[in-house]
Amino acid sequence: MQEDKKRTKGGSWLARGLGAALLTMGPAMAFAQDAAEAAPVPNKGDTAWMIVATLLVIMMAVPGLALFYGGMVRSKNVLSTFMQVFVIFSIGTVLWVIYGYSFAFNGPGEWFGDTSRFLLKGLTADSNAATFTKGVVIPEYVFVVFQATFAAITTALAVGGFAERTKFSAVLLWAVIWFTFSYLPIARMVWYSEGYLFKLGALDYAGGTVVHINAGIAGLVGALIVGKRTGYGTTPMPPHNIPYVMMGASLLWAGWFGFNVGSGLEANNFAGLVFLNTYVCTAMAAVAWSFGEWIFKGKPTMLGAASGAIAGLVAITPSCGVVGPSGAIILGLVVGLVCLWACASLKKMLGYDDSLDVFGVHCIGGILGALSCAILGHASMGGVGTFESIGTQLGIQATGVGITLVWSGLVSAIAFYLIKFTIGLRPSEDVEREGLDTNEHGERAYDN
Amino acid sequence: MKMITAIIRPWKLDDLQMAVARLGVQGITVTEVTGYGRQRGHSEHYRGSEYQVEFVPKLRVEIVLDDNSSEAVVEAISNVCRTGKTGDGKIFLAPVGEAVRIRTRESGAAAA
Repeated sequence: MQEDKKRTKGGSWLARGLGAALLTMGPAMAFAQDAAEAAPVPNKGDTAWMIVATLLVIMMAVPGLALFYGGMVRSKNVLSTFMQVFVIFSIGTVLWVIYGYSFAFNGPGEWFGDTSRFLLKGLTADSNAATFTKGVVIPEYVFVVFQATFAAITTALAVGGFAERTKFSAVLLWAVIWFTFSYLPIARMVWYSEGYLFKLGALDYAGGTVVHINAGIAGLVGALIVGKRTGYGTTPMPPHNIPYVMMGASLLWAGWFGFNVGSGLEANNFAGLVFLNTYVCTAMAAVAWSFGEWIFKGKPTMLGAASGAIAGLVAITPSCGVVGPSGAIILGLVVGLVCLWACASLKKMLGYDDSLDVFGVHCIGGILGALSCAILGHASMGGVGTFESIGTQLGIQATGVGITLVWSGLVSAIAFYLIKFTIGLRPSEDVEREGLDTNEHGERAYDN
Repeated sequence: MKMITAIIRPWKLDDLQMAVARLGVQGITVTEVTGYGRQRGHSEHYRGSEYQVEFVPKLRVEIVLDDNSSEAVVEAISNVCRTGKTGDGKIFLAPVGEAVRIRTRESGAAAA
């Protein structure tokens, strides 16, 4: 309270102190004062929210994503799946601090950053990072950790494409290469003020291209190069623990509010819209997938409802700050049904073994979400996007999608081939049949 | 003495137990098993993919009793475990040569 009073007297927070009448005169006045006076100081509310948002994203990865994925594999591979998510998330975090942040968010390049912030050189607890509102800042360390969680979880997301059949060493080596040469440049292109797609005007509020298309296509490329699981198509490979999947999906859903709403970097009015969009699109997609299954496949399943929720979360990720609530509902309906089709029919038609449907849910959902920004985000569709022409914006969105697909796909393929011809991708067939848990990790999840 | 081995639907166990207890059966042994007969498994759906599950979970119930009461017990089991659909299970009847109650070392029908 005391701190607040001091700030009010200080002048830059005058508008807040003088109440509603002055507030309606608009932020411009406050900012003009900001510029004229001292450098902006982080608001404690923003800072507190961003720390919580970061924690929520950590919860999405571990245990959320680990449970979601671990439940879908067979019981002999559940620990290997947990480990892949857990350790990739950890490695990604360390690499982010060592060089990731510097490459992604520093320097003048449109594609790559520079080395000036290696090991966060030059940052102190007093450093601030800009937000989307002029004159509003958050502590740069908070921005660094928030972004670290994105880099780390995205890399872990992709393992769903080639789960249950890849050596742990190969998975980790792939993760390091892909993190460095795909995640970092794409994140920079889309989110950094000097980035190519950012300057082009591509809309991606919380990571449709950077996170979901990026990881989704990388996972599919992995599924293709690593090859199918032994016995795929002849032996049943049902999920071993759907309660894990349900719990994982629910943790992801809750954590996603940190992911999407946190991407606004401020605890402001707009955050309410982003929260609402994220919530309602997810709910609609869970209903759409369940009812789609019920109608076309006979029964509504728990795995289906959980998958639908994730598909909705993926699709609303790029568009949560662009569409209105009605747009979010439409998007949820479409993505729930399209991703169901992608997992149930498209996968069968094309014959790839994307074990946990990273492509069907994350890549397809991400593409729908990215493109939806241009349509559902337009003012005529109830959106809050500031672009004028749907057609032009759709072209920009498609460019972002295309660059991500090609870039990530290529980096992923090169990494997998490098590993294939050096340390090898797959364990022996006997090891795969017996399970990765006992052979690669020397542990067993369950007694039987 | 006879040993009755019944392969039944797992959710029928409570009915079976009550029925045979009414006939004075004092001990039963239950094991979780999987297998298939004419039912030939069932299908499950995961994310739109249909899996044929060949080995269906069943319970194997074993009861040893004297020759005279076995017929009534078989009758009772087949009554309560029947739904009329494939997958109701089977009952096997086999002669038992000897039985010993470990605590008292009684043998024969008294031990069963």
